[in-house]
Order: sequence, then structure tokens, then C-alpha cells
Amino acid sequence: MLNYWLYIGIFLVVAVVVPLVAVLLPVLIAPKKPSARKEEVYECGIESKGNIRIQFKSQYYIYALIFLIFDIEVIFLFPWAVALGELPIFAVVEGVIFIAILFAGLIYAMRKGALAWS
Amino acid sequence: MADLINLIENWIKNLLLGWGASAGLTGFILQALGSVLVVMVCFAIVIVLIWVERKLAGRLQDRFGPNRAGPYGIFQSFADMIKIFTKEYVTPAGAEKGLYNIAPVLAMASVLAIWAVFPFAVNVIGADIHVGVLYIVAVGAFGILAILMAGWSSNNKYALLGASRSVAMLISYEIPMVIALLVPVLLSHSMKLSVIVEAQEPWFIFVAPLAALIFSISSMAEIGKAPFDLLEAESELVAGYHTEYSGMKFGMFYVAEFLHQFTVGALITIFFLGGWTGPMAVRWPILGVIYFYGKSLFIYLVISWIRLSLPRIRIDEMLDLNWRFLIPVSFVNLVAVAIADRVMMEFTLARWIYVLVMFGMNMFILWAALAIAERNDQAVEREEFPPRPVAVPPGVDSK
Repeated sequence: MLNYWLYIGIFLVVAVVVPLVAVLLPVLIAPKKPSARKEEVYECGIESKGNIRIQFKSQYYIYALIFLIFDIEVIFLFPWAVALGELPIFAVVEGVIFIAILFAGLIYAMRKGALAWS
Repeated sequence: MADLINLIENWIKNLLLGWGASAGLTGFILQALGSVLVVMVCFAIVIVLIWVERKLAGRLQDRFGPNRAGPYGIFQSFADMIKIFTKEYVTPAGAEKGLYNIAPVLAMASVLAIWAVFPFAVNVIGADIHVGVLYIVAVGAFGILAILMAGWSSNNKYALLGASRSVAMLISYEIPMVIALLVPVLLSHSMKLSVIVEAQEPWFIFVAPLAALIFSISSMAEIGKAPFDLLEAESELVAGYHTEYSGMKFGMFYVAEFLHQFTVGALITIFFLGGWTGPMAVRWPILGVIYFYGKSLFIYLVISWIRLSLPRIRIDEMLDLNWRFLIPVSFVNLVAVAIADRVMMEFTLARWIYVLVMFGMNMFILWAALAIAERNDQAVEREEFPPRPVAVPPGVDSK
């Protein structure tokens, strides 16, 4: 079992190193002629104005918030799904009730219009 | 007759032991060789797939596709590689250097890392961990982080908009994808990928067709290609989150996208199409590897076909499809499958009756969901905007 995690560790190192080498290779062989004009931010030919790190559209954060709830729910459901064969019927129903509560939350968010893109 | 894969593995093992390496070191070297092999095969596949995809795109859209470099243009990818490796990097002014440079590597690594747990054939599996499904979901989510890092760090308004939009979209579609993944876990009572593959009697696409459908749609959205290619809608966002990237850093995003599409094909194969199983696959594992890659390639081509045939959909339509259709349907499907599976376990039923009941139930849920969606379609109709004013030349009668 420990062996498997060692393999994943090795694999992750390889998976990072190979793209890293590919990205670093052009640093050695590609030409380098930087200029201020070249480094300008692209904006369809006009000069870019202002800072981009500003506050904008809160809609994105609402999606993130709802996503968080459901993602945590799914993490709880994985053990339930694995053990389903050995669980008594009561525990299965309990899982269904858990899903139903969060489903009610989804419907509430929908009715409130939180999920309507505007 | 020993199988080719085991033969090579034993040969290397005996060779190393013969040289006087300890058992631990031998295992380490074998694992390192295995992981390098898997990663290299991924890159080799992508180089071929880029050509296949471009040729297919050309043919489906009544063009030639690449046809200059070599016969049928098969060396096009290599020509592109030489070009992209010798291209200058341009870092935009005001970019957040660290994040800007890490993002492409992270995008690629997040897709590659998924391959660590794939079962390629019977007993040919990198890491057969107990939480394989969770590992896939967790590691796959790093790709979203890479997109946000790329968009935010490159100091470009289009990139930031594209990144925020794609993150909203990708995390939304992550929910039905993971809930659909619960169904194979539930049917095989395990999160181990090898167990899930071996439990498929028959393939889960027949036992749980609705989960397969939901998983396919939402993973297609996760890839971010048409009809869900809002990440880089050319007409709206220039190129989305990688507007400011060039050279090999852009190349990494590009390769990661293609590899992700193939990885989704592999995931659908593992969870719903029986993975490496097939005639004689247990006797000769090498056949299992061929079946695995063959099925993945088939799914890859189907996804390409879909994406080359359909136009892009609007972001509000796309989020509506997810929150108002896919998520409720996947929840109902999960509950129905769980109850049906548990209830039928109480009786000793023949396998074919079990499969028939499951299949019928899935089809009924799909039909009911479509009927309800069609009925509610009028309710979510958007308000009509007044016609836009149009400049009319003087002397022309405007109506």
C-alpha cells in the first residue's frame, strides 16, 4: 500500500518535471530581443488603461459558494456509496434524506434567482 | 508463454538484482521507469492526436486540413514543435511573474497526474489506491487553479474575464460530473479503479446509461472545447485566459487541452465502457492495454466529432443547462440507482433482470426529465429587448 503512494509521489515529480523541461528549453535555444513595445498588454491595438485587479461582478462568487456546498456534500456521499452494500436499509434512507436536504437548498437558491445569469 | 509486459518487467528486475541492487532500489527504479513511460506515451499520443484532430476538423468542415509537411501532413505536429521551441517568450508588462510562469506547467501536470492511477490491463496499474476516484477528482481540479492563475497574473482584461468566466463554468460542471461518478462507485461498492473495471458485467453504460450521459456532457464542458468553449470564445475574449501566452508556455496549455480530451476518453472508458476488459484480455495483458487505448481513442474521436459539429452556446444557457437540468437530474438518478440497487440486493435476482430494471429506470428518468424541462422551457424564457437603434442615412424611409 505504501508502495502505491511512493509511485504517485514519483509520478507527480515526473509530471511536473517533464513540462518544466519543455517550458525551460526555449529559454536556452530561442532568441531574446525584449523591447517595451513588445511587452505591452494586448488590447486590440489600443493602449491598456487602469489596473485589472479590481472588484467586479459578484455573480462569480455566488457560483463558487454554491459549488463549495455541493462539493463537500459529494465528499460525504463517497463513503456512503462505497458501503451501500453492507448498510441497513435505514442508513440508505438516511443518505437519501441528506441528499434531499441539500436538494431543497438548490431549489431555494434557484427560486431566489441566485443561479440566473444576469 | 509469458506475456510481453510481465516478461519485460521481470527481465529488468532480474537484470538490476543481478547487478547487485537491493530489492528496495529495484522497486524504486521500476516505478520511476513506469511513470516516465506513462508520461512519455501521453506526450507521444498527443503529438499524433493533434494531427488526427486537425485532419478530422478539416475533413468535417470541408477543408483539407494539414497537407504540406509529409504525406497527408503527418509531420505537421513535428514542424509545429520545432517552431514553438525556437520562439521567443514575451512576458507582458505588469504580469505577476511567478504565477505567470507556473500556470502552464501546473495545467499540464494536473492532467498528467491523473494517469498515475489508471488501470491499463489486469495487474498492470501504477497505483491501485483505495481512493482512486477521489484522487482523480482532486488532481483534476488543479487544472481550474492553473486557468485562474494564468488569467489573473497576465495583467490583461480579456484574460481576467476569460479566467473568471471559465472558473465559474468549470466549477459548476464539476458537480454533475462528480455526482455521476458516484454511480459506478455505488454499483461496484469500491473507489478502487481496478475493482470498478472488473465489476463491469456488463459494461456500466448499460446499467447506468444516464450517469454515463451526464458524465460525458459535463466532462466535455470540463475540457472547454466547443460547444462549451466559452473559455476562449474568440469573438468575445480574444483567446481567453491564455491571451498573453506565447511560445512553449502557450504550447503547454494547448497540449494540456488535447491530453485532457484524451484523458476524458480514458475516464469514460474506465467507468462506463469496461476499461481494459475484452476477449482474451485476462490471458494476455498486452491485449488489455490495446483495448484500453483503443476505446479511449474511440471516445476521443466521438468527442471531436461532437465539438466540430456544434456551435458555441451562450454562457447563461450553459449555466442554466447545468444548474437547472444536469444537477437535479444527476441527484434524482443517484438516489434512484442507490435505492434500486439496495432493494434488488435483498432478493436474489438473475443478472439480466437487474440490468434490465436499471436500464429501464434510467431511461424513464431521462424521459421524465426531458418532458419536465420542455414544459418549463417557456417559464425561463428571457425578456425581449427592444430592437437596437440603427443608423439610417438621411432621405431613407425608416420603418
